[in-house]
Amino acid sequence: MPTTITVTVNGTTRTNEVDERLLLVQYLREVQNLTGTHIGCDTSNCGACTVHLNGKAVKSCTVFAVQADGGTVKTVEGLASNGVMHPMQAAFKEKHGLQCGFCTPGMIMTSIELLERNPNPSEAEIRRGIRGNLCRCTGYHNIVEAVKFAAAGTGGKK
Amino acid sequence: MVMAKLGDSVRRVEDDRLITGRGRYVDDIKLNGMLYVSLVRSPHAHALIKNVDVSAAAALPGVETVFTGADLQEQLGSLPAGWTIKDMVAPPHPPMAFEKVRVVGDAVAAVVAIDPAIAADAAQLVDVTYEVLPAIVDAEKATKPGAPQLHEESSDNVAFNWEVHGGDYATAAKSAEVVVKQRIINQRLIPNSMETRGVVADYDPGNDHLTIYTSTQIPHLMRLLFSLITGHPEHKLRVVAPDVGGAFGCKLYLYAEEVICGIIAKNLGRPVKWTEGRQENYVATTHGRDHIADVEICGNKDGTITGLNAHIYANLGAYLSTFAPGIPTVLFGLMLSGQYKIPSISCKVTGVFTNTTPVDAYRGAGRPEATHLVERMVDMFAQEIGRDPLVVRRKNFLAPFKNGKEVATGVKYDSGNYQGALNRALEIFDVKAFREEQRAARKEGKLLGVGFSTYIEICGMAPSAVAGALGAGAGLWESSTVRVHPTGKVTVLTGTSPHGQGHETSFAQIVSAELGVPMEDVDVLHGDTDRQQFGTGTFGSRSLAVGGQALMMSLKKVKDKALKIAARELDADPKMVRFEDGVYSLEDIAEKQLPFASVALAAHSALNLPPRMEPGLEETSFFDPENFTWPFGAHICVVEIDEATGETKIAKYVAVDDIGNVINPMIVDGMVHGGIAQGIGQALQEGAVYSSDGQLLTGSMLDYAVPTAEDLPSFITDRTVTPTNVNDLGAKGAGEAGTIAASPAVINAVVDALKHLGVKHIDMPLRSEHVWRTINDAKVAQRANRSVSAVKGS
Ligand code: FES
Ligand code: FES
Repeated sequence: MPTTITVTVNGTTRTNEVDERLLLVQYLREVQNLTGTHIGCDTSNCGACTVHLNGKAVKSCTVFAVQADGGTVKTVEGLASNGVMHPMQAAFKEKHGLQCGFCTPGMIMTSIELLERNPNPSEAEIRRGIRGNLCRCTGYHNIVEAVKFAAAGTGGKK
Repeated sequence: MVMAKLGDSVRRVEDDRLITGRGRYVDDIKLNGMLYVSLVRSPHAHALIKNVDVSAAAALPGVETVFTGADLQEQLGSLPAGWTIKDMVAPPHPPMAFEKVRVVGDAVAAVVAIDPAIAADAAQLVDVTYEVLPAIVDAEKATKPGAPQLHEESSDNVAFNWEVHGGDYATAAKSAEVVVKQRIINQRLIPNSMETRGVVADYDPGNDHLTIYTSTQIPHLMRLLFSLITGHPEHKLRVVAPDVGGAFGCKLYLYAEEVICGIIAKNLGRPVKWTEGRQENYVATTHGRDHIADVEICGNKDGTITGLNAHIYANLGAYLSTFAPGIPTVLFGLMLSGQYKIPSISCKVTGVFTNTTPVDAYRGAGRPEATHLVERMVDMFAQEIGRDPLVVRRKNFLAPFKNGKEVATGVKYDSGNYQGALNRALEIFDVKAFREEQRAARKEGKLLGVGFSTYIEICGMAPSAVAGALGAGAGLWESSTVRVHPTGKVTVLTGTSPHGQGHETSFAQIVSAELGVPMEDVDVLHGDTDRQQFGTGTFGSRSLAVGGQALMMSLKKVKDKALKIAARELDADPKMVRFEDGVYSLEDIAEKQLPFASVALAAHSALNLPPRMEPGLEETSFFDPENFTWPFGAHICVVEIDEATGETKIAKYVAVDDIGNVINPMIVDGMVHGGIAQGIGQALQEGAVYSSDGQLLTGSMLDYAVPTAEDLPSFITDRTVTPTNVNDLGAKGAGEAGTIAASPAVINAVVDALKHLGVKHIDMPLRSEHVWRTINDAKVAQRANRSVSAVKGS
């Protein structure tokens, strides 16, 4: 059954007719053409699909598009402002927190929310905070470094 | 403006697009009029196809058409094995099954619909009638009489027997003071690149051009193989590997879905897309490892190793994947000398078909299996004779060498200094202090252990003639084009095909350093057969050692030509012209200078070229190395085991790798980290498990334990530098080192932690229950021994 939903994505509000079973991640990728959010699994394990829904990091493959009706979504495409990267994006580049880049958008969205909740995380807290996002390339070492670096830059300690 | 030097940790060029969501992976591609393919896959591991009824599926609104394996049988051909072992049985491998399925996941029909959800719905409606046959999943049991037989061509399910013999093992074992035997299981792994595979195929009937976008490591080889089996002319086939989200070997083949989608696009004259689901990926994309090894090591009580002997059952899965025969043979058996002088080595490998997903290269591909075996056996030998494993290693290390060293398996290492790498690792990690800590911890009921892995690896695939002699169906050289534009900007076309390795950065770095142009002025293009000259792709840690050298050769030609043009412009003898930091100048006349860009313009304007010189500034080179490269290193792992639960944690990990000269240390460190993580993943928690009837029990990410950030520590990495003389860069290759070294380092550490209980070996993965049982069994055995000796004593 097609349903009409209105969602604000990265600051732009759009109304679309969607299938009720359409996942938020599919809505973002297929309807909104925002392909920066990736799909890495079908069991909600990988976190490649992580976006912010109403200010909270969610795995967008576990949310139906209709559940986002009236809500606000931020994806990796919406992070940079005026061509300047978000500090977390800059930190991932500076600390080489990515290789193939497939997990990266989700990892960045999770890491941003992590620092919002805990601006000053220990290494163990960082590792716990990103454990729902899988990366097969980096061994997480430099992702952890990137989050530390971003935390230091935004007022947290090293 | 970034002027790069070799050896700088230049930040990556790729990152800007990848961290802003502007990467372009296959599933991001949408073409006008595109249809979606969903594959109906066999739920049975072994069955005859009796009937395929597509009527209900075809009737679903939105379904364009449904093809069965029988419909496309002629057009699809058979997937080839690109590596041949003597007397190998290579049965047909139809991309879509039409008579028989041999593994869960074999495709039997393809639904094409206007929307992926409709395609998936319709796939459920395809009604296949099977006659289920008994299945076999264990490689050793599959060779025994009475085992279910997969292919008519092989009565015992054996695909090949491969051997290597150096020296005389039987005699060595007879005269040795000590012989240690062990069965070692190297379990099956699922690669789990975070991007699954995917294909978009687009056919232009007007000129018979077929374009295939696919998540692959080998666009040119894939095009060649596709063309060979389907008859679609190679020059009218374009294969594009856009951004590829990791591969680790599992995207190194011609896959069924590439052929199916290409042929469907041709039949329909419309673009089609297939995107692999993760659970689909677990059955349809190749697995790695899966060896049953019976190993013997022999030597003397003074620590001298005199021989190594191994027999391997290598599980190949249901069909031969493209490189499959080469992995457990050449890349495994020839590596069994490790860093050591072992006078006699014997190895037999039996490659076996089973009703499981095909096994092929997975990061390290053969070398992790070899290293695990060698490093485990060296430790067991040391334990048997009651000596320190480091002392035994040092006693048997090959002495440092710069110009080649042949070992008993017949291969010739390029350069090595194994003592050097180990010494460096031991500067970082204080073993003596650790031993004290270990003793103290044990008193408090905490089990600590340290493990060493001094590994060797083979990279720089490959000297084509050698690879051919070993079974490769094609040469494995590499190519490059350097195109200098009139404005002095540079485009590099490389035949390598990166998927996370950062070639756009490291190759641009080489150009920047050699031509003195800023990084921003260099664009490295890869992964498009219409754009790049033929190349072999990215695998086996080859890209810099082979592709980098091809780039160096083109740069040299460009520089030679540009210098002549500069001399003409400067009105000087070429011998008097200097080229430094992108500027041509004359030694004695300081004011006479010419930037590289002006020479590029002069080359194109062609107004004042030396006589008979062709205009333009573009050079292409093909590099076929004389030898492989042989990186090495020493890794140290400390584990902490909870005696009550068996839970095992990595407390510390030190990696010293020697990969020759390094172009970008940041990128190398990153690859080492990722490699170690995959090696630790295998040691601690990963493993594909099949039920005896061929169902993959670890069939989703819920069941297969890909390591999370919490499962791993941070790593300490360092390097020694022993350049290779196989290429001008002196670079050996870094992509797989970590994976190759890590698993035995972990297992050796665990055995070290448990050896006071009498534990000599433990197989991977080290799930808590498995470790707990090992501890418990050892304790029970110790108690039994004690009561026996008490009885004897009384
Ligand atoms: S796609 Fe894997 S968690 Fe959403
Ligand atoms: S960078 Fe490749 S999966 Fe994380």
